Amino acid sequence: MGAEFVPLSLPPILIGTFAAIACALPGNFLLLRRQALIGDAISHVVLPGIVAAFLVTGTISTGPMLIGAMVAAVLTVILIELVRRLGNIEPGAAMGVVFTAMFAGGVLLLELSDTSSVHLDVQHALYGNLESLIWLDATGWGSLLDAQALRYLPVELPRIAITLVAVALFMAVLWRPLKISTFDEGFARTLGLPTGLIGLSLVTVAALAAVAAFDAVGSIIVIAMFICPPAAARMMTNRLERQVAWSVLFATLSAVLGYVLAGYGPLWLGGQDAVSAAGMIATVSGVILGIAALYGPCRSRTGAPEGA
Amino acid sequence: MLELASTDGHVASDTARAQSPLAVRGMTVSYGEKPAVFSVDMTVKAGSMTAIIGPNGAGKSTLLKACLGIVKPLSGQVEVMGRPLAEMRAKIAYVPQRASVDWDFPTRVIDVVLMGLYREVGLLGRLRGAHIDRARACLDRVGMVAFADRQIGQLSGGQQQRVFLARALAQEADLYLLDEPFAGVDAATEKAIIAVLKSLKAEGKTVVAVHHDLATVGDYFDHVFMINVRRIAEGPVATAFTAETLQEAYGGRLAAAQVDQISAALA
Repeated sequence: MGAEFVPLSLPPILIGTFAAIACALPGNFLLLRRQALIGDAISHVVLPGIVAAFLVTGTISTGPMLIGAMVAAVLTVILIELVRRLGNIEPGAAMGVVFTAMFAGGVLLLELSDTSSVHLDVQHALYGNLESLIWLDATGWGSLLDAQALRYLPVELPRIAITLVAVALFMAVLWRPLKISTFDEGFARTLGLPTGLIGLSLVTVAALAAVAAFDAVGSIIVIAMFICPPAAARMMTNRLERQVAWSVLFATLSAVLGYVLAGYGPLWLGGQDAVSAAGMIATVSGVILGIAALYGPCRSRTGAPEGA
Repeated sequence: MLELASTDGHVASDTARAQSPLAVRGMTVSYGEKPAVFSVDMTVKAGSMTAIIGPNGAGKSTLLKACLGIVKPLSGQVEVMGRPLAEMRAKIAYVPQRASVDWDFPTRVIDVVLMGLYREVGLLGRLRGAHIDRARACLDRVGMVAFADRQIGQLSGGQQQRVFLARALAQEADLYLLDEPFAGVDAATEKAIIAVLKSLKAEGKTVVAVHHDLATVGDYFDHVFMINVRRIAEGPVATAFTAETLQEAYGGRLAAAQVDQISAALA
């Protein structure tokens, strides 16, 4: 069994899971700060970032593309904060203004410049390419201990694993400042906490997670994982620590179940082909959110926002 | 001794300022074109209970927030015991307006009180039993220890206000700044809060609160800072809280009958 599972299914499942958790972790705080849309915003500005990176470097290799996307994401995050603070408008509107403008700029940039030779595949951007992230050098579980085979792991796996570790470390170290400044920003400032910097570093870390995950699994998973697991987790508990734990569980469940259902679900139903794993993972996370909304123990709360 | 005379003849010596738990000089804050607080001097008396009063939109909360560094003033200095604010944060506890936070936040009452211990516990320090005990003692002082494990969304407005006060108590400060602590709370809570504030005063702490109920100023506070964008009056209730100063601060917004009523209550 391992002979087939390890090269073909293990890498995509791990990559999907790590990407899902890396997005869900900061998603918890973004949700509580009414900034959950930032995942959506970041995945839109990846396009101008990639085009700009191509124009500057003239290559389509992954490194410059990722750096371009990251620069665009961080620029967006700073612009959103600027618009929000200078214009004194709510975060949702600030995000909407900035990311649509950046995306539109990216489209124009793409059309005006000579990028026709570059294959920027929209479908790839949306669904990613999870199924193609296979590890051909693996022959079975034993390959996990084989240094020679490990060298040929899909490069996305170590990349997203390192990102996940960085995101988790950030959350662990800044847990208390994040919690206090999310709950009561004014009080946090009287403690001497740099609340502006904390908010900016949170969205920057979210941008890092989004770009790394986007590269591996596409924007649909990124958008879904910023919102669905934390939102479902909020309905399971009234404690932030437990909410984060639930969101990790839901993100993992979505990734694993989604991948398996995408690969085998259609066959079980008598169909022929597998469906997109990214689409199925996002769908599973949505179903989990639906179930939590219907049966979660903390779904109806006094003081909860209207309609929540 | 150099005396600083300000517009209305109020005088605060350098020594008085240096000993004051909260001294403000030339504070101007603006959100738009019109200043919310204009060129205000304030010298809070150590060990006093001071009410910041004034009509709606007079800049009461803004002044308090500027004293705490929550909003940035256009100009002005804040000194705490004669030192810059940034060095003295550990000496100050703050109770924000209840409505300024989202009470649906997933956390328990005790966790909110523990936030008051952040400066002590630090970024990664372990929360010990002693910390929890202290937080519970603070909740006990405001009559909320039975609610320690409740989610904060389940509390009434008055209970929320008491939790915020407990968090400030946990800070073990010398100066307590409260923004409308009695707004929208039940009578029992109002009594509980004022009892705690008076006990703080008895311990030698200084209490400054934005207050909007003129009828209770004389009962609750011994000093008054009256503001309507500019400073109107400052000092002991008997001299600063008079029919004349009220008329000046509130203008036509306060009926003459109300002023008489308040004067009668004070007499």
